[in-house]
Amino acid sequence: MIPALFVFAYLIAVIYIGIFAFRRSTHRNEAEDYFLANRSLGVFVFLLSLFGTNMTAFAILGSSGHAFANGIVTYGLMASSSALIVPLSLFLIGTRMWALGKRYGFMTPVQMFRDRWECGHIGTVITVVQAALLVPYIIIGVMGGGTTLNAISGGRIPYWFGGAIVALVVMSYVFFGGMRGTAWVNTFQTILFLCFGAIALGVIGAGMGGFGKAVQELSASPATSALLTRERISPLYFFSYTFIPLSSINFPHMIIFCLTAQRMQHFKKTVLLYPLCMLAIWLPAVFLGVAANRAVEVPAIRAKLEARRALATGGATLSPDQKVQLRQTAAGDDVLVRLLEHYAPLWLAGLLGAGIMAAVMASDSQILALSTMFTEDIFAFYEGRARFGETAQVHTGRAFVIVLTVIAYVVALKWPQSIFDLAVQYAFSGYSALMPLLVAALFWKRSTKWGALASTLWAAAAVVAVAIFQAVVPAPAPGAEIGWGSLFGEYVISRTPGGTAVLGFLPVVPMVIISALLMVVVSLLTSRPSEMTIKRYFTK
Amino acid sequence: MKRLLLVLLVIVLYVLHQDTWFWRTAQPFVFGFLPVGLFYHVCFTLAVCVLMWLLVRHAWPSHLEEEIEHSKAEEDSRP
Repeated sequence: MIPALFVFAYLIAVIYIGIFAFRRSTHRNEAEDYFLANRSLGVFVFLLSLFGTNMTAFAILGSSGHAFANGIVTYGLMASSSALIVPLSLFLIGTRMWALGKRYGFMTPVQMFRDRWECGHIGTVITVVQAALLVPYIIIGVMGGGTTLNAISGGRIPYWFGGAIVALVVMSYVFFGGMRGTAWVNTFQTILFLCFGAIALGVIGAGMGGFGKAVQELSASPATSALLTRERISPLYFFSYTFIPLSSINFPHMIIFCLTAQRMQHFKKTVLLYPLCMLAIWLPAVFLGVAANRAVEVPAIRAKLEARRALATGGATLSPDQKVQLRQTAAGDDVLVRLLEHYAPLWLAGLLGAGIMAAVMASDSQILALSTMFTEDIFAFYEGRARFGETAQVHTGRAFVIVLTVIAYVVALKWPQSIFDLAVQYAFSGYSALMPLLVAALFWKRSTKWGALASTLWAAAAVVAVAIFQAVVPAPAPGAEIGWGSLFGEYVISRTPGGTAVLGFLPVVPMVIISALLMVVVSLLTSRPSEMTIKRYFTK
Repeated sequence: MKRLLLVLLVIVLYVLHQDTWFWRTAQPFVFGFLPVGLFYHVCFTLAVCVLMWLLVRHAWPSHLEEEIEHSKAEEDSRP
């Protein structure tokens, strides 16, 4: 229970930061102050909060869980590709969005799209699709909170109560502190989980008798040697995954965060240090996830390994219910917590648990982003601000934070899917497919609102299609694949244990390519915005 | 020319991410515990840092900030 006390102390600290931010705000009823911290974030807070915003439960718990099942490939799959693509997107797109925000007062990407393409209701369609894709991401935060508090307290705090506590804390500091509070809390959280990675690596390594020994043992066993290579993932799948980080800059909370920097110079340090931050967080998380396969003295991990073995050997003899049960037991989202529980002294496990909570609670900026989108793209656009005033707009934004958090919590209770699957299959692929919108708006004069609409509708339809396909066709046993059609020696479409594949690629690849093609073809077939508008965006 | 070189560097790094050469090999273990495939991607991440430094140093879009300052100055000078 001592670790849980540390976590509660941490939760109180972040609520205090939110309230402190509220008290420091001098224009608390102004939309730009509540939603964008008056575009005044300094270089240090901007870097750490932007990085923290992008790191969620998925980064720490999901990555170590994925590495526990798939091995070292997790780092190349998710971390090193993001280390290249995310700072590159900030460099090319983030800086331009910042400049447009500063110049024309935009607070959301859709405000820019509406102005750039001279459209109204098409912007509303884009807002709705963006919001629908963001909700699963928020649910991850609640799920991660429930799982973590349950594990840290040794099962004394039930999942539903842990999720409720995390949801309540996040809601409180977003409600009071707005963007300023969220950025400060994110900065505090990022510092915590950057320290957490290094300490956890040292403590668990010492507890396991050194990583050299653990790795030699993993290598010697035929059941685990593949975890030290990338043979469990195909090169096509690996290549496909580089499309996933394209989603990062398209997440509304990321692009809205780009608008909060006081100066464009602040992007320089963020672009430079982002890859190093990725290394500091992901290398320990992935390595510990792999090493957990040798931690057979930890009862919870031994149970996971046995469940995995039963799934692989049981095959067709298992009933669907047994398979679901075994998959839940074998899931590795809590391996880090289990390792800490076993190897770290109690007080240190508490401190490190607070570090994990910091990563888990990164859904704050998504909640705020949705609130910003609702009040700016819907409420203000449809005359709400003109009729009721700016103060009413900020109050609406705060009320929206409460409603959204409650909905996310209820869904989290009823949706027992793995954190990792949920994030990747729905939100990440969908946002990657929306990439052509930002690129076309910022770099292609000839792009039109109809091209944007076609890309958006395609992204939404593709996400729904993948979701329906996976609901209708149950996942096969590990190592198996159910496929239809054949081209170049690959199934045209197949259901894999982890999701769906199209010609061996993740669905995100055709989603992005078709979205880009639709943007180009439909734009060329329709009339472009007025010259006056184009001149405002392309001065050179 | 400088910009073209930087674009080429980005493409080269993207291609280098798709390494197939250590796909089925775990050894040697660098520092006694790091499988070579993982070590490669750690080195790749450090190479990205160098690339970002080059981009910031040689291709920073400073004109964006200058345009804002210019338009602000124009607005201020209006009666």
